[in-house]
Amino acid sequence: MNSFIPFEWIAAIRFLREGRLQTLFIISGVAIGVGVIVFMSALLSGLQQNLFYRIMSSQPHITLERPKQVVTSVRKAESGQQILTSVQKPPQRVSAVDQWQKVRDLMRLREDVLAVSPTVTGPAFVVKGSSNQAISLTGIDVEQYIKIVPLPDKMVSGTYRLTNNDIMIGTQLAEDMGMQLGDKLRVATAEGASRTLTIVGIFDFGNRSANQRTTFVLLSTAQNLLNLVGSVTSIDMTVKDPYQAENIAQSIASETGLNALSWIANNSQFFQGMNAQTMSSMLIRLFVGLSVAAGIASVLVVSVVQRQKDIGILRAMGGSRGQVMRVFLIQGAVVGLLGSMLGSFLGFLLLMAWRVAAKNPDGSMMFVITLDPKLFIYAALIATLTGLVAAVTPAVRAARLDPVVAIRG
Amino acid sequence: MDSAVLALQAVRKSYAVGTPVETEVLHGIDLQLSKGEFVALIGPSGSGKSTLLNIMGLLDRPSSGKLLINGQDTSTMNESQLTQLRGKAIGFVFQTHLLLTAFTALENVMMPQLLQRGRPDEAMKTSAASLLEQVGLAQWQNNLVNNMSGGQQQRVAIARALALSPSLILADEPTGNLDTKSADAVFELMRKVNQDSGTTFLMVTHNVAMANKCDRVLNLVDGNIVTGTGR
Repeated sequence: MNSFIPFEWIAAIRFLREGRLQTLFIISGVAIGVGVIVFMSALLSGLQQNLFYRIMSSQPHITLERPKQVVTSVRKAESGQQILTSVQKPPQRVSAVDQWQKVRDLMRLREDVLAVSPTVTGPAFVVKGSSNQAISLTGIDVEQYIKIVPLPDKMVSGTYRLTNNDIMIGTQLAEDMGMQLGDKLRVATAEGASRTLTIVGIFDFGNRSANQRTTFVLLSTAQNLLNLVGSVTSIDMTVKDPYQAENIAQSIASETGLNALSWIANNSQFFQGMNAQTMSSMLIRLFVGLSVAAGIASVLVVSVVQRQKDIGILRAMGGSRGQVMRVFLIQGAVVGLLGSMLGSFLGFLLLMAWRVAAKNPDGSMMFVITLDPKLFIYAALIATLTGLVAAVTPAVRAARLDPVVAIRG
Repeated sequence: MDSAVLALQAVRKSYAVGTPVETEVLHGIDLQLSKGEFVALIGPSGSGKSTLLNIMGLLDRPSSGKLLINGQDTSTMNESQLTQLRGKAIGFVFQTHLLLTAFTALENVMMPQLLQRGRPDEAMKTSAASLLEQVGLAQWQNNLVNNMSGGQQQRVAIARALALSPSLILADEPTGNLDTKSADAVFELMRKVNQDSGTTFLMVTHNVAMANKCDRVLNLVDGNIVTGTGR
């Protein structure tokens, strides 16, 4: 007996050790529960991170545009009058952000914004022979835009570099038009401007329509073609915390009076799906946790009955109710802690097995699962607490045992 | 009165109080145990010996009457005060050597002190070891009690009862489950401890020969003490 360990701990450990098989079973039960929770949590957060990354990495966190053009009814009703009006909404033309340099500099000063890149976007056609295809022409600042969308990561062929006469297109457009790297194509706009550009890069966003419509040219090229020389249609931004994008967008909108769209608002359906997924996994984890707690409690209740004699002896030797109660509380906590440690290890093994088993057809990882040590620490904490709470009822029962009855057994 | 380690005054005990089967087990017991006495309590089964022992050991409360331990009235004490007094003043030796099987002989003997002080220390270990030596089990101290014979276990129980140097040791048929040789050895050991340390003993027994070797014999019949009130 170590002189630093209080009686309650010594007795709790000895009792657990003496009840070998029982202790082993309940610790395994806790371990399996915790293992499932750890595995599910890591899997889900890996999956969600992967989806988030896919969505985020092909679009800016926040896009600033000029406010929507609206038509207001000029005539106001005087007293006693009623006016019946029908106001037609105007079509939204491609239009420039006023004072965009100022806005850009203002945004660069914000602490929650990491990168700011002005872009010009407008509709155009790709013409080759007799076939043509509608595209969205995006003029970018090559150095800035890389901080908004990691285009080099998406390149299938060619390099991320643009001059005045270059264009980057998606894989689908290349296929539709039968074009490859180095080919020349003509880009025309509805206003009549046109230009012949060289394909210097082909990218894959993992999305058919994006691969078909999106094209990138130099900012000045787009400005020329879209007749917007010196202007931009939007300012794209990357923020520090992507999950705060909506709040930041609202604050920017009220600061600048511009229309600020966050990627969260643009993908609200996706977020609803994510939330539903998170909720359902929370429920599963909750019920697994409850069954772990019930398991610990039932084993300890049985153990109190089995230990009746021992409890009686302790009480007859001058042990207090509090001491007896703590012995059982500690047993619950220790079972929870050991079980969660074993369970974390089990969860870790499951995740490793998943990494090996779940692969794309080409052998690459389906998605990356990062192991956050916090997950294991939380699992251990929660399981220990669960053990402690589960032990309350049995411990109170043990403390209430009448020593005479307990000894007679 | 002052030298009485334990005094019972008109102690009655009833079970199933308030029901049609209410039974009074003890009918007004008056009794005093003086310091250093070795008293035997005999009586047929069902005479109330165990009930009396439980009351004297503060494990049970009388229905009426008073119990004084070292002159202190226990009838007004609450549960935790009783627990404390029980730990300090009274040692128990039971018929079935009630030892904690999860612990070694030495640890069982340390247990009363450990419960009192909360943490083990060297002094506790030393005194427990010397108690085990007193009962002749020095070389057995690190054995789990389950690996020891009945007589050895009972000697561990006696050593444990002595751990807090109580003024009174209550022994409930301590030799009942032992063969004659071990029984005699255990009795002699208790007698020796009684003479060496002046600890008062009350021993419940069915063995008349053994009872006659005690200072005084109390005969409990149907809840009354019928003989042996004098020395």
